[in-house]
This record gives sequence, C-alpha cells and structure tokens, in this order.
Amino acid sequence: MGRRVAIVGVGQTYHKSHRPDVTSREMIREAVTAALADAELTIRDIDAIVIGNMDHFESINYVDTYSVEGSGGVMKPIMKVSTGGTTGATVAIAAYYHVASGLFDRVLAIGFEKNSESDTTGAIITCSDAIWDRFSYSGAIPSLATEATAYMEKYGATQEDAAIIGERDRNNALNNPFAHLRRPLTVADIMASPMLAYPIKLGDICPRSDGACACVLAADGVAQKIARKPAWFKAAAVRHTYTWFGDSTDYNKGLVSMQRASKDAYQQAGITKPAEEIDVAELYLPYTWAGLKWIEDIGFCGPGEGVRFVRDGNTHMGGKIPVNPSGGVISTNCIGATAMLRVAEAAIQVMGRGGKRQVPDVKNALATGFGGCFWSDVVILSTERP
Amino acid sequence: MAEWLKDVEPLTLKGRIAVPYSWWVGDTGSRFLMSLRDDRKILGTKCPSCGTVFVPPRKNCGRCFVDIEEWVEVAAEGVIEAHTIVHYAYPVQPVKPPFAYALIKLDGTDVGFLHLIKKDLDKIKNGLRVKAKFKEERTGSILDIDSFELI
Ligand SMILES: [Zn+2]
Repeated sequence: MGRRVAIVGVGQTYHKSHRPDVTSREMIREAVTAALADAELTIRDIDAIVIGNMDHFESINYVDTYSVEGSGGVMKPIMKVSTGGTTGATVAIAAYYHVASGLFDRVLAIGFEKNSESDTTGAIITCSDAIWDRFSYSGAIPSLATEATAYMEKYGATQEDAAIIGERDRNNALNNPFAHLRRPLTVADIMASPMLAYPIKLGDICPRSDGACACVLAADGVAQKIARKPAWFKAAAVRHTYTWFGDSTDYNKGLVSMQRASKDAYQQAGITKPAEEIDVAELYLPYTWAGLKWIEDIGFCGPGEGVRFVRDGNTHMGGKIPVNPSGGVISTNCIGATAMLRVAEAAIQVMGRGGKRQVPDVKNALATGFGGCFWSDVVILSTERP
Repeated sequence: MAEWLKDVEPLTLKGRIAVPYSWWVGDTGSRFLMSLRDDRKILGTKCPSCGTVFVPPRKNCGRCFVDIEEWVEVAAEGVIEAHTIVHYAYPVQPVKPPFAYALIKLDGTDVGFLHLIKKDLDKIKNGLRVKAKFKEERTGSILDIDSFELI
C-alpha cells in the first residue's frame, strides 16, 4: 500500500489556436507559475517533476531536458512520460506513483502542447503499426467514425443525439475563462457542418489548441498543510488493449480499456454505484459520439442507454452527474495537456475552486484520459482522505 | 489585437524532418505478404490456447501470451463489421476520397481485418459480404489487396 496522495494546486494557461507570443518552454512556465501560486509554494519546495506531451508534435523528443527553464526542473529529478492522448492523465498518475512511493513529498506534474507548430495528423499516425495499420485510419477521425457507425447501427442513435454532446460541452465552456472555444454551438450548427468521415462532421470533433497545465501533488501530512481542501487520489487505473485496430476494440461491445480501467478504479475507491456516488466527471471526449457511448463503458448507465441518459439531462449542469463543466475536449484540446486538464478540472471541482463552472457539493470527481488505439486512464479524486 | 503585436512581428522558423525508415516485417508477416504477392491467398495464424484466428497473422497471442505455430488459410471474403466513409482529403490517405475504411471479418477468422472499399459507397452497410480484389502488380504489401468489393 502506497502513501495517500492529494492534488494541492493546479494551474493552466489560457488556450488558443496558436500562441505566437511564447515558445513551448515559455508556455510551460505560465502553467507551472500558476500551479505554484495556487498551492502557495515556490519551485524550491518541489522535490521532483514529471512532464509529458505528444511524441513528434513539436519535434522536441527530450522535453524533460528542453523544458527545464520553464518547468523549474534545473538540477531536479525530472522525467518525461508520453502515452499519446492519455499523456496528461498518465503524467498525473506517474506523479501520484512518485509521491505514493514515499520517495518524494511534493511533485509537479506538467502536460503541454503546441498543436499549432506541426501537422497533428502526420504526427498522430505514428501511433499506428507501421507495417499493417498506418496505410489506413490516417489520423484519429476515421477510427472514431468506425466506432460511431457501429454504435448507431446497434442502438439506433442518431447524429442529432451525438450533437447534443457538442452543444452541452460548448455551452459549458462559456463558464470557463480558460477554454479555447467560447462561442455557443447548437445541435443545428453541428448538423449543418461539413461531413468529414461519416457520421463525424466538423462540429462533432475537438479543435487543436495551444496550452499547458500543471498540478502540484503532495503526500499525506504535507498536503493538509498546503491546501485547505486537498483533492485526494482515491483511484488511478491505466489499461491498454492492442495496437491492431481490428483487434483492439470490439466496436459493438464498447471501449474495453475504459470498461476495465473504470472497473478497477471503482474497486480501488470502493464505489459500487458510479452514477450515484460520482458527483461530477471530466471525460476525455474527443468527439461527440464518445459522450453517448463511453458513459456506458464507464458505467454511468447501461449498454444502449447513453442517448436516453443524456437526453434526460443527467449529464448537463444541474443534472445527476454533470459531465465536462469545463467545456471538455470539444472546447479545448492541447493534446499533451488535454488529459491532465481532465484531472486538474476534477481537482478544481473537489477543491471547490470552479467559480462559474463549479458543481455544488462535490465529494467524488472522476477524470478520464483516452489515447490512440483505444486505450484508457481513469482517476478518481475526492474530498475524503482514503 | 494583443498589445505586443504593435511592436513585435510574430516570426516563425520553418522546418521539416523527413526520416527514412525500413521496417522489418519479420518472418511471420513476411510469409503472409509473400502469400498475398505470389498466391493471392490470405493466411492467418491460430492461437493454440484460446483458438483465436488472427489476420494479419501474429507470432504470439497478446491475450494468452503464448507462441503461435499453426497457420491457416482464410477466405478472401467476409462480412463488414464496421466502416466509415471518408470525405476529407489528406496526404497520408492511400487513395483519394471518397472511399471507405472497413473492418472486415474474413470467414474463418476472429478479428477485424482493416482494409479499403472504393466502390458502391452508397450501398455499404455493416453486415454485408465483401470479397478481396487483388492488384495485378503485387509487391509484397498489405495494399497488394487493392480493396474489397461488395459481393
Ligand atoms: Zn490466445
């Protein structure tokens, strides 16, 4: 059994399609400075750092070294962790392992991306097997679209059903001063947007953003002195299936890695009725359909019940289990930071610092990360020290 | 407009990295590709533990984590499990849109085989049967199968 660990400070940059005013390193520094200020610590208080971004995106492979001026990692233990779309959540989980191990008391976790500096799809396809799968499924959209058609045919979900997710998240983003896209988007807007790969339209997918996020994690005994209301780790789970697109997912069964990761997380957290016991969720939903299908895999509702569950308002602000009060990935997507933003926003909800996007009386918050060939991370944070 | 843009021009440095690679396909994959190239036959391998027939073939089963020795010839036709029709153009795509990516369960196999459908896009549905169309000029690549066509 590791030590108990909590998030005691979070920081994020504002997000835009491009940040010509700063380099990656300078952008990282903005998030780190904000996180340290939030925890009322200085860089001298930090014992170790974990940092991550997407491989190939900025063409800087040794970001642990490259970033030190911005991360504060000069002459400190610093490691890079990169796991594709899940990177930000995996970085947070690796930082959690650092503290839980007993070797470090205060650890900084950092995720960042400058999507504007490269060809996102050209970089993303390197997650596919070079010999067998890279000729096809170029980039993220076609593989997600395939999942969506399977779900449509199995349960009769419509494009309008999916568009509700986009409308919901983009509406939520109006409450988040850090969000990239802060204009409302309606179901009608999404339906009228151009078709990319059936049934995914331009309005169904996430944008490309520049931005960074940082979290300060601290050990039991230290955390209580730093934060009035620490966000305690109750669970952290990582699951990978296969890289072969034909094997990795039974498209008709669901996102197996998310099912297994959340099952493990609920066991760690002692949660038996997720929809009753989780108060808010920050889910890595890169496209609208995920907001219908993946909430089934996470166990918020049963198989095929996603559309009904969403249409009944359960996942909207004020509903049973609000999803993505921040506006989610559909509103902000600085990929290496995206999954960390889910963890950070869950921590913000637990710490009660959400301002206009705060859900009242949050005890347990769930965050997910999603990556490449359908792998998943799940984190559960709580006001309750486990 | 941001204040700093009045005095400072936001410059960029252009770069491009092109790194050539030669990926060794390995003995298991090479045998599969040779069979496509020389015999127009699709081969799979069968896990001795769980019985899963994989195509393209695997040297070991990821689930059971055991070596696989048994080869099986599988059909060049099967059923569309899931698909998407791509409308946007992008340089890495193997053909010009519109075309479909499909996961096809070939008869006698247990996994989806990822490939292309180029014709009858308005008629494609999950559950329909398709057949492999081989290229005349074959080089030992997964694209020696040109595409799949509705039967
Ligand atoms: Zn097996």
